[in-house]
Amino acid sequence: MTETTATVWDLLATVPDPEIPALSVVDLGIVREVEELDGNRVRVTLTPTYSGCPATEVIARDVRTALENRYAEVEVRTRLSPAWTTDWMSDEAKGKLLGFGIAPPSGRVTLPLLDVGAPTACPHCGSGSVEELAGFGSTPCKALWRCRTCREPFDYFKKH
Amino acid sequence: MSATSDLSSAAGQQTLADGCLVLSHRLSEWMSKAPTMEEDIALGNIALDLLGQARGLLSHIGDQVGVSEDQLAYFRDPADFRNPLICELPNGDYGHTILRQLFVDCWLAQVWPVLAATAPDEVVRGVAEKAVKENAYHLRHSSAWVVRLGDGTDESRRRMVAALDALWPYRGELAVDGWYDRVESVLTEATLPLPARDAWTQRTSSDGWHTEHLGYLLAEMQSLARAHPGATW
Ligand SMILES: [Zn+2]
Repeated sequence: MTETTATVWDLLATVPDPEIPALSVVDLGIVREVEELDGNRVRVTLTPTYSGCPATEVIARDVRTALENRYAEVEVRTRLSPAWTTDWMSDEAKGKLLGFGIAPPSGRVTLPLLDVGAPTACPHCGSGSVEELAGFGSTPCKALWRCRTCREPFDYFKKH
Repeated sequence: MSATSDLSSAAGQQTLADGCLVLSHRLSEWMSKAPTMEEDIALGNIALDLLGQARGLLSHIGDQVGVSEDQLAYFRDPADFRNPLICELPNGDYGHTILRQLFVDCWLAQVWPVLAATAPDEVVRGVAEKAVKENAYHLRHSSAWVVRLGDGTDESRRRMVAALDALWPYRGELAVDGWYDRVESVLTEATLPLPARDAWTQRTSSDGWHTEHLGYLLAEMQSLARAHPGATW
């Protein structure tokens, strides 16, 4: 990473995910590559989290906006392979999720995907006694769980 | 029985893209009407994944011939679609919808991993890699519901048996290698009867032949784009 690309990464770290604003696009692990082509042009390569994720287009636009202050020309490319995985989220990102009330994905992904893991603790009270309410939640990346101790429902970011 | 290897061909990709697109639209018809809030959300999520998969493939197909994904989705007529016929069938009751989903999920569970590993084109491989994981989750959902309803109350079982009778003839386009084993293991767990593998099957859409239902589906799906060509928002 050169000094200039480091600046780009810093700028990208200020671009929030539209659906989980506690995380930046860098936290989420969807920024795969940053290349400064010359002093005026930069190219950012993103890997979308989900095939049909409606946030993908918003993210590309937000990335462009964040970098246009500094570069005359911003190219945002999409790279599909290798597919995005929750393994690309940093531990720091998982901590931020927890602080936001979302249980982070537990463990590493193994293929074929046989299960999406389970939250290790309730993000509200820390109790380990939790149960799944529904496999699908408010966004494609989450499932709906409930804490048996404090009785609060919460989102679990599926391991996938 | 078709081989999964055919699916890397242009015709195979069109079948896959159109199947995902048409089924996505069917599932979206459940929005606000599913039996429970959780299922409303589940079917919406599954529809969205299928739409994303369809878009990935349609964009790629369009790139080869210089047209956009929207052109392919909104400005082709029924005879140009190559989706498996089962994808265009009306939803019926929830049992019917979820059994159809199981059949299609099992097809995709055989198809996506092959494409992810062997598709010559990088874009197709990328779409497939993503889809492998999404499909695994969809399959978990449809399997669980088929078991719950098949091995449920007298009424839920009656409806699942009726759905099985209605949908079994449409399996021909889906029954790639490994499909029967997957489906039969779920039907067995659901204590549902196993229909004969060699029973009669419907013809395919490979020559542009469709059921009467696709025209109505497309009329709704394409109406906005055709009324306001090139509209953006
Ligand atoms: Zn709790």
